[in-house]
Amino acid sequence: MTEEHLLKGWEEFEPGATLFSFEGKPDQEVHHENNSVQHSVADWRVDKPVHNKEFCIDCQFCWVYCPDTSIIPDVDDKGKGIFGHIDYKHCKGCGICVDVCPTNPKSLLMFADHLPVEEALRQWPEKEEKK
Amino acid sequence: MSEMKQIKNLKQFSTSKERFQGGHRLCPGCSHSIIVREFVNATDDELCVSTATGCLEVCSTIYPYTSWDVSWIHIGFENAAAAISGVEAMHKSLKNNKKSFSDKPMKFIAFAGDGGTYDIGFQSLSGAAERGHDFIYVCLDNEGYMNTGGQRSSSTPIGGATTTSPAGKVSYGEKKLKKDMMQIMAAHGCEYVAQSAPSNWKDMVKKAQKSFAASGPVYINAVSPCPTEWKFDPSMSMEISKVMVESRVVPLYEIENGSKVTVNYKPKNHVPVEEYLGMQGRFKHLFKPSNKHVIEEWQKNVDAKWEYLLRREEAGI
Repeated sequence: MTEEHLLKGWEEFEPGATLFSFEGKPDQEVHHENNSVQHSVADWRVDKPVHNKEFCIDCQFCWVYCPDTSIIPDVDDKGKGIFGHIDYKHCKGCGICVDVCPTNPKSLLMFADHLPVEEALRQWPEKEEKK
Repeated sequence: MSEMKQIKNLKQFSTSKERFQGGHRLCPGCSHSIIVREFVNATDDELCVSTATGCLEVCSTIYPYTSWDVSWIHIGFENAAAAISGVEAMHKSLKNNKKSFSDKPMKFIAFAGDGGTYDIGFQSLSGAAERGHDFIYVCLDNEGYMNTGGQRSSSTPIGGATTTSPAGKVSYGEKKLKKDMMQIMAAHGCEYVAQSAPSNWKDMVKKAQKSFAASGPVYINAVSPCPTEWKFDPSMSMEISKVMVESRVVPLYEIENGSKVTVNYKPKNHVPVEEYLGMQGRFKHLFKPSNKHVIEEWQKNVDAKWEYLLRREEAGI
């Protein structure tokens, strides 16, 4: 059961429809058709997290504390886990990943769901001075 | 005996195969799935999971989908422990008759909310622990019946406003203290009893691995901040969990073989309980001048409990 009825051409969408992100790599793993991975909860989201790899130190806190398994890690040459991409099909926009991000400025921030990632990256704040 | 999975740091841990998938319908910011992920990803062994009725069960298995990439069984609210002890006994019997479907070691976990542990599921948990089955019981403690709209349970702490213990002109909310489930399970003679918080992943993974290595009943009390009914912003879940540990409201400790107490984490700075209570909407009425005595009682209880644990650890009993 995929959301095939949602996978139509751009001109067939009704105004206000939820559009799935085309960002990131497709999920390589094969899942059963009754696995909840097949189900999208993207329409729960108001704000989306955006990742800025310029500041990311690959600490993986966002991976371990994500309740929706929506931070998909990658593996580097040494076999260590690094930040891969955000799974916008299952992210509910709770913002825990932003809260636990330790870098300055944060390498994950919440932006309005409709804002393109490029625009969000342009609006990224400067480094904050520690008081 | 199975070989323990090596987890030294998060970079290594994050290469694990995911065993609890996204797409479940738990609220945004729910700590249940964080605890479950930290727990089931900490081993490569075969797992059989049973869940009592509660948020986790209804949200992770909505027809026709399931979020579990491990064997899963559900029976009722009250018998998660009875179900998993039956599965464990069956597996043992099949193995003795060499009819087991897998040569890999198998672990048995029951996940239940605090309603299914402290109140409704208590007799089956007590029975399973008494019979000494090799199973792990994880209580996802969100201090109330959050799946049905936030009624009080015997895990709700004093002063908490729930729909069946509302705060108002004549009442400051829940009047009773939280039941000390850790001591009750330790008194059953469980091999390993521990309390953990999801914000401390290393502690949780360590305790998960310790319980996988145990061969008798294990009870884990994992506090699970609930954004919906504790009334805070979903992004604050881990922050709240951290403050719970730092303010000693939830001491991270373990009891081995029913008696040996070890406090795993001792906060360096003293954080008053006001900080923890002030973060949540369910305690906001306690900050009225007329309810000041409840906060004082809170602090007194937390300090007394902490002192008790430290003294028991020191005495080694």
